[in-house]
Amino acid sequence: MDKIEKDLLKTIADIESTPIGAYNIRANGEKIARNTTANIDIKTKEDKPGIDIIVKENTVNESIHIPVIITESGLKDLVYNDFYIGKNANVVIVAGCGIHNGSCNTSQHDGIHTFYLEEGSKVKYIEKHYGEGEGTGKRILNPQTIIHLKKGASLEMESVQIKGVDSTIRDTKAYLEDDTNLSISERIMTHGEQYAKTNFYVELNGKNSSSHVASRSVAKDNSVQEFFSDVNGNNKCFGHVECDAIIMDNSKVISTPQIVANNIESNLIHEAAIGKIAGDQLTKLMTLGLTEKEAEEQIISGFLNS
Amino acid sequence: MLELQNISFSRDNKKILNNINLHIDSNKFIAITGPNGSGKSTLAKIVMGIYSPDSGKIIFNGKDITSLPIAERAKLGIGFAFQQPVTFKGLTVKDLISISAGENIKTCTACSYLSDVGLCAKEYINREINSKLSGGELKRIEIAMLEAKKSKLTLFDEPEAGIDLWSFNNLIHVFEKMHKEINGTIIVISHQEKILNISDEIIYLNNGEIKDIGSKDDILPQLLCQTKNCKFLNDESN
Repeated sequence: MDKIEKDLLKTIADIESTPIGAYNIRANGEKIARNTTANIDIKTKEDKPGIDIIVKENTVNESIHIPVIITESGLKDLVYNDFYIGKNANVVIVAGCGIHNGSCNTSQHDGIHTFYLEEGSKVKYIEKHYGEGEGTGKRILNPQTIIHLKKGASLEMESVQIKGVDSTIRDTKAYLEDDTNLSISERIMTHGEQYAKTNFYVELNGKNSSSHVASRSVAKDNSVQEFFSDVNGNNKCFGHVECDAIIMDNSKVISTPQIVANNIESNLIHEAAIGKIAGDQLTKLMTLGLTEKEAEEQIISGFLNS
Repeated sequence: MLELQNISFSRDNKKILNNINLHIDSNKFIAITGPNGSGKSTLAKIVMGIYSPDSGKIIFNGKDITSLPIAERAKLGIGFAFQQPVTFKGLTVKDLISISAGENIKTCTACSYLSDVGLCAKEYINREINSKLSGGELKRIEIAMLEAKKSKLTLFDEPEAGIDLWSFNNLIHVFEKMHKEINGTIIVISHQEKILNISDEIIYLNNGEIKDIGSKDDILPQLLCQTKNCKFLNDESN
């Protein structure tokens, strides 16, 4: 691995040397490293590009890293990664994609991740998306996440787009059975002429299923963001969608939260707020000694990091 | 330490401050009092740089700061506690106290500031300063921030508003501690007799003008006398 690849890995998956536990590192469309453990198997798919990650029942305190990096300009990479999480397992999965585009051709990675969580299992899923490079070629990432939660399962997803991604369409679909919980926290920052679209589709099918989707985003320069959420309450359930955005310069943010109560026992809430940084917030930080620019950076970093 | 020369300020064709001249020495505890709308908060905001005066000069430690931006004044050693503390999404109590102190402070240091304002550090240190906190909690955190800032001149805009009696006593203690430790000047905008009572000097403002300045022994009896004009209070005392 060269320095660019190492830096990308560090940024998206916090990997500096060989990760502990199971991992599969994909670079420029090829597997470059893999490790399995007694409880976690990783197999290459035979019918299409991608891998199957199989976690045995009752596996706890283990992690799986599956980062993807692209440094070859013009490469279009499509992968299907399926996660099979056994009963009562409790694992952390770190995904993410980093693109370094040093040329004029478009580099693109579309990762389609499907999670099958068996009864009582728990997953913490972290994905980071990042683009860099001096080239004029576009850096495009279109992740899809499909989540199936069986009785008593829960998934906590942290999705972060740090910077440098020219265009992204992020689709997340979730199907929840009884006593399940889905918590999604999304953080996006766009700048320049970038475009980011997020779609959340949640079916709360099970009794006592609950979902919490929180999106915080900052749009700078001429960038455009769209946020769509569609949460359907089909049983006694609780669903909460929260979309907060800061707009700056000439940016534009569209937020369309939809909640559908198909059952009298469903309790659904959506909240959406878009606005520029409040003047009194800037003033307060300036009275503590920060310049206007420093205050702005502090407000954005706090907003996105929390 | 602070000198205001002929400060005037108008908004919407209304004169809010009219030719204010004031000299405040180092290491003093000053109270500014006066009826609502008398220009007290505006005066404090002009000193901090939040508002610019239409005319006049502000001299701080011998330097003309009239045209300096807020942050520069903060760095020179002026602090300001808002009457209505500002809330943020994402920034925590520790973040704000650290910014205020100008360094990444240790949890135990933050703990001592929070304890001084009657808050349990463990419970609050990582809390977001957002609208989920009560007005009283926000107010106390605001005061802890100013304690951490250690400014040579600290302005408090009605710090007692919205806090209960128990924390009010703590508040007086915080002022005394700051006064002693920093050897700076504290200016408090207040209506509270208890605060006026511990002041070295009271400035009485009315209709945008300084009507009186003096020691508490000179000013306080006059201020308290004014309540005799209140028919309701007179009836009650009879």
